[in-house]
Amino acid sequence: MINLAGRDILHSWGRFLFTGVGLGLLIGVTLTMAGVYRGMVDDAMVLLDNTGADLWVVQKDTLGPFAEPSGVHDALWRSIRGVPGVAHATNAAYVTMQVGARGRDVRAMVVGVVPGIPLEPGQPGSLVAGRRITRGHYEALADIAAGFRVGERIRIRKNEYVVVGLTSRMVSSGGDPMVFIPLRDAQEAQFLKDSDAILQQRRRTAANPVFNRPGAPDVLDAVIASQTSSSSVNAILVRVALGVSAEKVAESIRRWKRLQVYTAAQMEGILVGKLIATSSRQIGMFLVILAIVSAAIVAFIIYTLTLGKIREIAVLKLIGTKNRTIAAMIVQQSLGLGVIGFAVGKVASTFWAPFFPKHVLLIPRDSLAALAIVLAICLLASGIALRAAIRVDPAEAIGG
Amino acid sequence: MAGSGIVVEGLRKRYGHGEAAIDALKGVDMQVGAGEVVGLIGPSGSGKSTLLKCLGAVIEPTSGRIRLGDRTIYDGGWTIRDLRALRRDNIGFIFQAPYLIPFLDVTDNVALLPMLAGQPNGEARRRARELLEALGCAHRASAMPATLSGGEQQRVAIARALANRPPVILADEPTAPLDSERALAVIGILNAMARRFETAIIVVTHDEKIIPTFRKIYRIRDGMTIPETGEGREAVVPEL
Repeated sequence: MINLAGRDILHSWGRFLFTGVGLGLLIGVTLTMAGVYRGMVDDAMVLLDNTGADLWVVQKDTLGPFAEPSGVHDALWRSIRGVPGVAHATNAAYVTMQVGARGRDVRAMVVGVVPGIPLEPGQPGSLVAGRRITRGHYEALADIAAGFRVGERIRIRKNEYVVVGLTSRMVSSGGDPMVFIPLRDAQEAQFLKDSDAILQQRRRTAANPVFNRPGAPDVLDAVIASQTSSSSVNAILVRVALGVSAEKVAESIRRWKRLQVYTAAQMEGILVGKLIATSSRQIGMFLVILAIVSAAIVAFIIYTLTLGKIREIAVLKLIGTKNRTIAAMIVQQSLGLGVIGFAVGKVASTFWAPFFPKHVLLIPRDSLAALAIVLAICLLASGIALRAAIRVDPAEAIGG
Repeated sequence: MAGSGIVVEGLRKRYGHGEAAIDALKGVDMQVGAGEVVGLIGPSGSGKSTLLKCLGAVIEPTSGRIRLGDRTIYDGGWTIRDLRALRRDNIGFIFQAPYLIPFLDVTDNVALLPMLAGQPNGEARRRARELLEALGCAHRASAMPATLSGGEQQRVAIARALANRPPVILADEPTAPLDSERALAVIGILNAMARRFETAIIVVTHDEKIIPTFRKIYRIRDGMTIPETGEGREAVVPEL
């Protein structure tokens, strides 16, 4: 038996192709939206994986350091290091800010790390160029996505840093490239005020008789010193000893140190479930709307194509064609349109994904799911056309 | 069943109910033997199309009998599937416009019916080529319908109607879109095919050009048929 759908598609291939391309671009947008979501999740996972930490110790009752502000004293890491089962503990500071270079600004997550100990948690992974930070101040390592070059001078707040090395796929959960600088510099960048603000604060402090008491000048000096230095970090990253349960160590730190401790799984839950939850719902809404629009378009196209063949369908029925054969023709055309659309969408999304400013992750599982959804939508969308075709009376072929 | 013709007795068709009911057919009697081509003529609204739909097994008459060979249609127990198979295997249709399937080439337009009847594709195409040869359009076997002339399209439509060797062909104004020469040619072909394949052909027409070619005519008026003897003028088959 002849494949009527295939013959019709071959006969009017131009119309099918152009319709398929239009539908495909829409499917491409849908795939890209899914890729944007996957990219966000992947960025969050990369952020966690790259730190290499088993536990995140943050300020009590906060979701820090990424979802909420968190501040813990920078001397705490020593006592945490002493907790049984802890192999490594190190301070980390995170702040998202504008980093300037060559007259332009780059949105980046500035990460403060202790220089010179590459195996500690929180340190950047392998480098793609240059070397690690060795000095205590004014050296930086940047993710390649920031667009900086080795040897380039960048500005963070009021200080300049020299880029000594480059990393790759070191990004925040928002997709901003990471810039690593020495911990002290990061603390200063995060907590310290600009010169005018410091000057005004000193004036106000000096004018306060509680701090500026005659006969006790050391009090004022001590207060001003405490105001202009920072001893806070955002988190202490902990790696537990081999074979030790991270949850048990976390429980121990929670009980004795009165701090909030998150395991890697809990931090993943915070990043994915809270930090990008709204964005993912937003994308989910877009995906639903795009699916509905795609379904409406397919339904309209197939319905229009079917209406254009009503007379032929009546003739086919009159000469003895089964409804099943006619239904198969319509469903196959609808599915054919879906396959063309999916192929175009897949190619288009693969082509334009690298041009997006944020990470767009197109994974085969999503593509397969999208293909299944597209085919299901096409199947459903052909329902209206099927109804119209099944209702065609063969008697319409006879007479006026 | 080929060669057995069609017999219609007391056929009535009523549309609607009660006072709004319309009797489109009020007792039609006709008989068309194998190899015979008869004309069914009458003014608009006389019931020609209704009669054709009843004969074509697409609408059920209110009463009366239609016999195709030894089978009586609508004598109870006919399902939609049975009627579809009956149309496919026993009735050929030729329409006012050819209504060829635009996305199938000429051969497949003709071969479609045998394929629907379950014949293998190769066999169905061979049968289609034979018919196209007989109708003088074998040279257009692989052409698409849109590239054919009106006369060629109508000949392909005739070939399609003959594809399953039906005992009856119903032709609904087959010459309406054609000029005199081509109209007479189509009637000539129908006569030739009726004789060759022992097919009973009923031609619904009000085309004055072709009426003189029928040996037997049924004039239908107010839902009733009146048999007449026609001139039976032989139609010459020129090149279409």
